[in-house]
Amino acid sequence: MAKISIENLRHSYLPFPNSERDEDYVLKKLSIDWADGGAYALLGPSGCGKTTLLNLISGLLVPTEGKILFDKHDVSHASPEQRNIAQVFQFPVIYDTMTVYDNLAFPLRNRGVSESVIDPRVKEIAGMLDLSATLHKRASGLTADGKQKISLGRGLVRSDVAAIMFDEPLTVIDPHLKWQLRSKLKELHQRTKRTMIYVTHDQTEALTFADQVVVMNNGEIVQIGTPIELFEKPKHTFVGHFIGSPGMNVLPCEVKNGQASFAGQAISTDNGSTYKGQNQKLEIGVRPEFVTLAKTGIAAEIVKVADAGRFRIVETRAAGSSIKLLLPEDQEIPTGKVNLAFDKAHTQIYADGWIVGEKP
Amino acid sequence: MSAKIQNNKAWWLVAPVFLMVAFNALVPLMTVVNYSVQETFGDNVFTWAGVHWFQEVLHSERFHSALLRQLLFSGIVLAIEIPLGLGVALTMPRKGPWVSVCLVLMSLPLLIPWNVVGSMWNIMALPDIGLLAKVINGLGIDYNYTRQPVAAWFTIVLMDVWHWTSLVALLCYAGLVSIPDAYYQAAKVDGAKTWAVFRYIQLPKLKHVLTIAVLLRFMDSFMIYTEVSVLTGGGPGNATTFLSIDLVKIALGQFDLGPAAAMSLIYFMIILFLSWLFYTLMMKNEDA
Repeated sequence: MAKISIENLRHSYLPFPNSERDEDYVLKKLSIDWADGGAYALLGPSGCGKTTLLNLISGLLVPTEGKILFDKHDVSHASPEQRNIAQVFQFPVIYDTMTVYDNLAFPLRNRGVSESVIDPRVKEIAGMLDLSATLHKRASGLTADGKQKISLGRGLVRSDVAAIMFDEPLTVIDPHLKWQLRSKLKELHQRTKRTMIYVTHDQTEALTFADQVVVMNNGEIVQIGTPIELFEKPKHTFVGHFIGSPGMNVLPCEVKNGQASFAGQAISTDNGSTYKGQNQKLEIGVRPEFVTLAKTGIAAEIVKVADAGRFRIVETRAAGSSIKLLLPEDQEIPTGKVNLAFDKAHTQIYADGWIVGEKP
Repeated sequence: MSAKIQNNKAWWLVAPVFLMVAFNALVPLMTVVNYSVQETFGDNVFTWAGVHWFQEVLHSERFHSALLRQLLFSGIVLAIEIPLGLGVALTMPRKGPWVSVCLVLMSLPLLIPWNVVGSMWNIMALPDIGLLAKVINGLGIDYNYTRQPVAAWFTIVLMDVWHWTSLVALLCYAGLVSIPDAYYQAAKVDGAKTWAVFRYIQLPKLKHVLTIAVLLRFMDSFMIYTEVSVLTGGGPGNATTFLSIDLVKIALGQFDLGPAAAMSLIYFMIILFLSWLFYTLMMKNEDA
């Protein structure tokens, strides 16, 4: 168990990266602290560097620049074994020729733990993962989710691991079993209090699993926050787009003397009054959940209505921009021209993509 | 529901395959069967001989010793080439510019015609001019493969190892590179040492490839003819007269068609049986 700190981490897959060129690096100067016992998710689109970051923490890769500290010890060049890390991969890795029992015992046997210690430990973990019934079967005969549980079990079986890493572990699991395994993970985290870092590009997985979500894009950390923070106050328009379904509405705007306006119409915003800069690309961000139909307000025209279960997604066009809003399914939807109002507390101004008033 | 339409014209479409198989396997094989049960005279006169030739071959001392030599040869060759090929494959690079260099070097022996392989080793091992013979004799070991049975065996085994280990290595290499990286990463995370990685990841994943390698090498070594024929011609004496060489002597040297045909069929049955045995044993613990 350890607190994990990352200091100015940079990584490149090129043999001789040019340290002046940011394009050479898949990870660009990251610093972040992971508290002991936390449940974290690393969320981002494919190719944003999240798996690279995970492999750097677990020790499968050695960083080009920067440091990784476990409880203030520099482990940047230590092997995964020395770091005492467990990792669950995208595709279940099992040792085909062994039974489920031997698979679970493998990491302990490799470390020379005596069988009298291994036996109760393996049985305890098998119990937690509902694997007791298949304990003496060949591991290769199990289904994908059973195999993935074994991978997870090999991580849990060592009582002293510093952290458990998950690299999109539910990719090959059937949809109806995904939520089962997900809640199992959540439950295991609460029981074992291990630090867990979970890489995914699926926002549902990230938001349900993690206490803290780290959103990455293009090798950089865009925002770290609780699921609610990411939803209510995205620090960057990317986070607004990426999280939420549908994503945040982003509209071009102007700000004069703290007053924002869109298409010539004044809009009251949460943070517009704090904007002091100039010559930046300014945008209004408001989630579809906080847009309502009103008697007066922004003039728009309904383009499309899509049914999304308890809600309907209404797409409108106003002054060349698309604005989406969510309406309860029983609310009547007018046709043609409507007026829209934004909830002031959840309407933010973004300058060059970053939220105004908070960007460091 | 309409009745199923019967149209047997489609059989004509498989006719070419039937013809091919007939002319390349069935007809020659049946000719051999035909010879094996008849006594042959000149002027195309054949008389029925029943199982006489089979009895003769099965009871012949000459056949027994050739079969023993053949089994011994295949056994030695498999015992050397399989572990050696696997070892070579494990040390070959997985990434980088050396991969293609290694692959080309490894394939070279496989690209050389078999009689050329025999000639090469013949020249290499000749006591008066050969490099190999000069070196061995220079070390103080008396070596002359044209006169000493042990030296002849040594040379033939060495030649076969040189010729065919590459095949095993390439097959194993193909199996090794197809193991996903995640397995090695998981093994690292689980603290597995090199031996454990080999024993629990690489070896199980190579099982099918190794089965194929053993079968191929067994069948080929059991039928070896060209290289040995060029190198020693079965000598000195009968020391390296394997089944195939003996068969050719009987069929084309003595022109005893009946015994040769009977021997061919027995030879064929032995290969078939042993291949089945290997396959069954190696696939015994297969679940899927």
